[in-house]
Amino acid sequence: MKLNTNYLGLNLTSPIVPSASPLSENIDTIRAMEDYGAGAVVMYSLFEEQIEHESHELDHYLSLGTDSFAEGLSYFPEMDTYKTGPDRYLEQIRLAREAVDIPIIASLNGASPGGWTNHARLMEQAGASAIELNLYHIPADINVSGEQIEKRYLAVVNLVREAVNIPVAVKLSPYFSATAHFANELCKVGASGLVLFNRFYQPDLDIYRLEVTPRLQLSSPADLRLPLRWIAMLYGRVPADLALTSGVRTYEDVIKGLMAGASVVMVASELLRNGPSRIQDMLDAMDLWLEDYQYDSVEQMQGSMSQIHVADPEAFERANYMKVLKSWRDDPMGASI
Amino acid sequence: MKGTPAKLVTMDGNQAAAHIAYRASEVIAIYPITPASPMGEFADLWSAQDQRNIWGTTPRVVELQAEGGAAGAVHGALQSGALTTTFTASQGLLLMIPNMYKIAGELTPAVFHIAARSLAAQALSIFGDHSDVMAARASGWGMLFSNSVQEVMDQALISHAATLDTRVPFLHIFDGFRTSHELQKITMVPDEVIEALLSPERIREHRARKLTPDAPVLRGTAQNPDVYFQARESVNPYYQSTPERVQSIMDRFAELTGRAYRLFDYVGHPEAERVIVLMGSGAEAVQEAVEFMADQGEKVGAVKVRLFRPFSSEHLLAAIPETARKVAVLDRTKEPGSAGEPLYQDIMTAFAEVASERTMPTIVGGRYGLSSKEFTPAMVKAIFDNLSADRPRNHFTIGINDDVSGTSLPWDPSFSTEPENVNKAVFWGLGSDGTVGANKNSIKIIGEGTDLYAQGYFVYDSKKAGARTISHLRFGPEPIHSTYLIQEADFVAVHQFGFLERYDTLAMAREGATFLLNSPFGPDEVWDRLPRTVQETIISKNLSFHILDAYKVARDVGLGVRINTVMQAAFFHLSGILPSDEATERIKDYIRKTYGKRGEAVVQKNNAAVDAALDHLHVVKVPSKASSSIDLRPPVPAAAPDFIQNVTAAMIAGHGDDLPVSMLPVDGTYPTATTKWEKRNIALEIPEWDADLCIQCGKCVMVCPHSVIRANLVGEAELATAPEEFKSAKATWRGYDDARYVLQVSPEDCTGCKLCVEVCPAKDKSRVGHKALDMVDQRPILEREQRNWEFFESIPPFRENLGGDGAQAPSLPFTKVKDVQLLQPLFEFSSACAGCGETPYLKLLTQLFGDRMVVANATGCSSIYGGNLPTTPWSQNAAGRGPAWSNSLFEDNAEFGLGMRVALDKQVEYAHELLPSVIGPNDDVESILKADQESPEAIDRQRDRIDAIKKQLKGIHSPAARDLESVIDSLVRKSVWIIGGDGWAYDIGFGGLDHVLASGRNVKVLVLDTEVYSNTGGQASKATSLGAVAKFAAGGKATPKKDLGMIAVGYGYVYVAQVALGANDNHVIKALREAEEYDGPALVIAYSHCIAHGIDMSKGLQQQALANSSGYWPLYRFDPRRKEEGLNPFQLDSKRPSTKLADYIYNENRYNILRKTAPGIAESFLGQAQKFVDEKWARYEALAGTPSGDGGGPAGPQSPPKPGPQRPAGLNPKAVRPKGMPPGGLKRSPGSS
Repeated sequence: MKLNTNYLGLNLTSPIVPSASPLSENIDTIRAMEDYGAGAVVMYSLFEEQIEHESHELDHYLSLGTDSFAEGLSYFPEMDTYKTGPDRYLEQIRLAREAVDIPIIASLNGASPGGWTNHARLMEQAGASAIELNLYHIPADINVSGEQIEKRYLAVVNLVREAVNIPVAVKLSPYFSATAHFANELCKVGASGLVLFNRFYQPDLDIYRLEVTPRLQLSSPADLRLPLRWIAMLYGRVPADLALTSGVRTYEDVIKGLMAGASVVMVASELLRNGPSRIQDMLDAMDLWLEDYQYDSVEQMQGSMSQIHVADPEAFERANYMKVLKSWRDDPMGASI
Repeated sequence: MKGTPAKLVTMDGNQAAAHIAYRASEVIAIYPITPASPMGEFADLWSAQDQRNIWGTTPRVVELQAEGGAAGAVHGALQSGALTTTFTASQGLLLMIPNMYKIAGELTPAVFHIAARSLAAQALSIFGDHSDVMAARASGWGMLFSNSVQEVMDQALISHAATLDTRVPFLHIFDGFRTSHELQKITMVPDEVIEALLSPERIREHRARKLTPDAPVLRGTAQNPDVYFQARESVNPYYQSTPERVQSIMDRFAELTGRAYRLFDYVGHPEAERVIVLMGSGAEAVQEAVEFMADQGEKVGAVKVRLFRPFSSEHLLAAIPETARKVAVLDRTKEPGSAGEPLYQDIMTAFAEVASERTMPTIVGGRYGLSSKEFTPAMVKAIFDNLSADRPRNHFTIGINDDVSGTSLPWDPSFSTEPENVNKAVFWGLGSDGTVGANKNSIKIIGEGTDLYAQGYFVYDSKKAGARTISHLRFGPEPIHSTYLIQEADFVAVHQFGFLERYDTLAMAREGATFLLNSPFGPDEVWDRLPRTVQETIISKNLSFHILDAYKVARDVGLGVRINTVMQAAFFHLSGILPSDEATERIKDYIRKTYGKRGEAVVQKNNAAVDAALDHLHVVKVPSKASSSIDLRPPVPAAAPDFIQNVTAAMIAGHGDDLPVSMLPVDGTYPTATTKWEKRNIALEIPEWDADLCIQCGKCVMVCPHSVIRANLVGEAELATAPEEFKSAKATWRGYDDARYVLQVSPEDCTGCKLCVEVCPAKDKSRVGHKALDMVDQRPILEREQRNWEFFESIPPFRENLGGDGAQAPSLPFTKVKDVQLLQPLFEFSSACAGCGETPYLKLLTQLFGDRMVVANATGCSSIYGGNLPTTPWSQNAAGRGPAWSNSLFEDNAEFGLGMRVALDKQVEYAHELLPSVIGPNDDVESILKADQESPEAIDRQRDRIDAIKKQLKGIHSPAARDLESVIDSLVRKSVWIIGGDGWAYDIGFGGLDHVLASGRNVKVLVLDTEVYSNTGGQASKATSLGAVAKFAAGGKATPKKDLGMIAVGYGYVYVAQVALGANDNHVIKALREAEEYDGPALVIAYSHCIAHGIDMSKGLQQQALANSSGYWPLYRFDPRRKEEGLNPFQLDSKRPSTKLADYIYNENRYNILRKTAPGIAESFLGQAQKFVDEKWARYEALAGTPSGDGGGPAGPQSPPKPGPQRPAGLNPKAVRPKGMPPGGLKRSPGSS
């Protein structure tokens, strides 16, 4: 069965790609993911803040208390070199590049135009096959409009695009007034792929300690629906490869993503929960399914259920709203509004 | 090597010595001691980085548990044929002496590099003199002195070459701080020269003498009267030939480098009539003065002694011109009771031995420079003047005013020999503002980037929080010999505006000098903000006055309070040493060199600071008249006692040098309760109390490392005289319904560490970011809070004022933080680091037992913030009682405390014997002897009874009555606390600690465990945990932390507790009280977060909590008394680990740094460390689950030993029996109560 797919101009042996997660912090795990059939690996993210913050933090703690007291003029040995966030990250790309044959997609996370975007070039030099630019920003400033934010994002994409010769995919949030328009704008400034969607890690409140507690929550199956819809609606309408991410737990989810129009389906929470061998489980099951349902290849099904290809395009739009609400009575567990 | 271009570098003496030692050694044994520690740190770091010696192999560096151990390891390595070295100073050298006799006795080539330092006598001092090396002069080691940083590098090599050539081991000596820490531009000794000087043949001979079973020999025999003497004499030829051999090596060195040395180097007029002989850095100042005076035609000269042992009279006599009629021999040491100091005696002997052949000059001896006391050309001039007298004063001192014995020579401070072409700059900074670091860079920028020579010397005060630094920088076209502080500066920078009111910062400015001030006030406003003295000085000295708001610039570019590069840029611009553009370029080069490895972002923000600095630099137009109404503040308030006014205040103001001998206590005894007079006013923000929100839990009071937050209960009526803004709240103690709770911050003693705010649990329900304590700007509320603090201090201590309803109020048990907060701390306002993790434990101890505590304090952080002059935090209550404190040494603290205990026990015993016989058996005596001293109130009653007896004793005229008077106070129960850090308890003092715990005596040990040698800059101890990076463990510590608690538990009769304030504060109180109550040895190990952990100190308590919840630091108590009740003595007081070790350790730079340098190793260490924690937890859990009395486990039943004399009947065991303990308590031997 032909499971290969094309994403960002890269020929991948399978459509399942582990998305940015701590799994890629370990080279052995990256190797395992390749062995289990991952088409590519998106590395964990290097954050705009991390690039500067680690450096500042190291400087702060190495300077703290120094040259103050005659007996202890410093508190740490002064080493020749320190690997701060970017150094370690680039080293990890190099190691991953050496360890596996599948493409390594570097992930750069930030939101404001600045020097940090130069790290895309360093990522390319370290051996990344593509850059996934994660535009993660909480637009909390009441003085900043959506238009301004979109402009800023486009500027960032442009900077990264200019910094490298490898393809750039943009991972974005679902919170735009005009998602389709903005997706298209991203393509105009050079995005070769769109990854839908990133998930903002929402803080929790501890009502006993009266503290805000940042807590990572893995995705759930319900999270699949939102990207599924947008993949289906953007497929064929924007000149970019699409990747679906969020809520993928089974081979059926992968198939749904592909049918909606994704070139690849990304998975992280499921692998964090049950290990990288889940890739193989899903691929095996998919293989059987394709055989059972007489598909020749992944390519054959890709976008087959996108909005432009389904019989009922309205199913993805407002007209479907009432239908879904009514469906609650019949299948409360299945509804997601 | 001739023809090899000389490489010029800028470094200090320690680095120069370490460089040669490392290049010329195979094995290096290390142990930290100021000021020699950096040599060991360099060696460890280079070894961790796999840097090679000249033979292409990496020296192995091993840290020992003490200097004695280091010497032993050196001895062993030498016996095994390795080229071996070590570094030490002061008491460390004393601990090496036994092995030094052995090494010399066996004619073994070795070099110890010594940053010479004072010995602890009436007081410890970390500063430089020759007391230590003089104590080692009889050991048979060669002693070669270096006087400058260049000489250190050169003579370090000459020492290594000489020892191989002569088989006589060598001490290579240079002055602590003055040379060990002075930055100088020097010429590197290239590897080819090292190779050329270290004879391969001699090295092979050394190796051939190694102990090996392949050619077995016996060494280290015991000898009898028949041969020992002859054997000792057998080495004479080696010593006799050594001086010539050393000179030959010096000559060879001169051939190779062009730098010539003589065993005794003469400088000055060739026909000098007056000559000074001395060794060490002072010789540089003498040389400068002699050359100046000789240029003026004076017939003066100086002999710089390099090879002090073996002493060559022949070479000495050859060095001194025949014309010399008067000779002054200067010793940087004191040998009380001697005929004269060592060098003086040797010179006298040398001349006396040739008296028949050569006219004996008049020779006098003098002492100078003890503990880095300044030694200047002006003093040299005074010594020459003394020699001009018909009968020069002998056994004189110079540099002090000895108004007791009249030994001191007067000198004219205005006499200066400094060359005119030297540019001199002085910088006043705070430790935290980066001034010293920037100045070190400036030295390198100029030293390595221009043809100028450069010198940097840095003076620190003894505080850890808010420390003041003064940098002295010189730049000139010739090598700089001025081994003394700058007296007339061309440039004075004051980096802290507040200094202007506290110190006479411009005293060092010369006429027409440039004055740069970091000022929050602009050029139009600043003049009126200056103290009058400062205005007058600016006018009278015609200073060029410039200002810069460096904090604003630093803040704007993200540097926080690090104003170093901002001020540095302004210095270069104003000083004109380099063209401005070139200076900027070079500053940026050094920013990259210094910070580049920390990341580009740090480089960028420092560069931004440089660029912004000059835009904010303003020249200030100086009016013709001073107009200010403010002036320098007195160092202490007028209310301070006489001693504080007359002595302590001078030290605080930086005028301690001016104190005459008569003002100082003869035996090193100083008053306690003195920090309260030294208002340092260093916090920019202090906590402000919201009385309505407060839940009165006391946690803030408990954690405050500086005892600046105090709580009390008062009656409503007492508040009538309170300042209007004084806050109070209705007390929440049962039975104290009418009382008011008051909480007050001492605004001028706070360091702004924020621990109190972090620990405060009381949040505003409508605005959770607001707590009962919030940090606020200090300035606007300072005066108000000063008034409030003054009123708070006037409130009687809690115990004498039991709340609003007086006598009806119930007595509080003081077992919880809630209650203990009300007790007066007798440890206050220490100079520990802001947010210190140690001091809250000490404060707590004094709240519980302070008025009857005796403290034996090991050397370390706690002895420095506890006992470093000018002031001490150990305090007194209104009755004048408080902890009595002393420090003996680093290594013997447990034994020191044991001695205190034994003496107290003996006094109790003697008082018991005397009391019935002197007073007669009566009810009063009986009640004293059988007093219940279980509670503070009971102890007060005992004190009253004893006071009554004392009155009676006044009327009894007998020797026995006088004796009883002198010991009767011992019948009030005393608490002996042996306190120290992990360096002491786990390493150097462990043998003694183990013995003292094993003794069964009633001593209490508190280990303030910071897991490193904090005081000396964070070197690894055996308390350092696996994977932590520390100095001496630059590659991460590869072995787990030693489990000191379980070693003590193994005895079965030692009370042991492991505590952490941030994990469970009430548990700490419980453990300390149980330990104190236990009639036997007790050990409490307290987790103490530390600046050396690389943490946000305000989060120290959270880190303690994580240490606990990760299972790394389980809380437990092992109470042997529980066995009597059939209970398991081991109680594990922590819940099962709920967080991963990584979540705890990776909040700390000491662990993170390894992830940044060796991520693979860090990961491996983490795995091992987690496993170790899991295993340890399982062991503890098993121990806690093992029922007592079943004979199993390490904590099985075991009778306590019978410690010496038993506690006399007056100390009723019932009195110290905790609630719930059976009356039998601890089993006693017959004859005890």
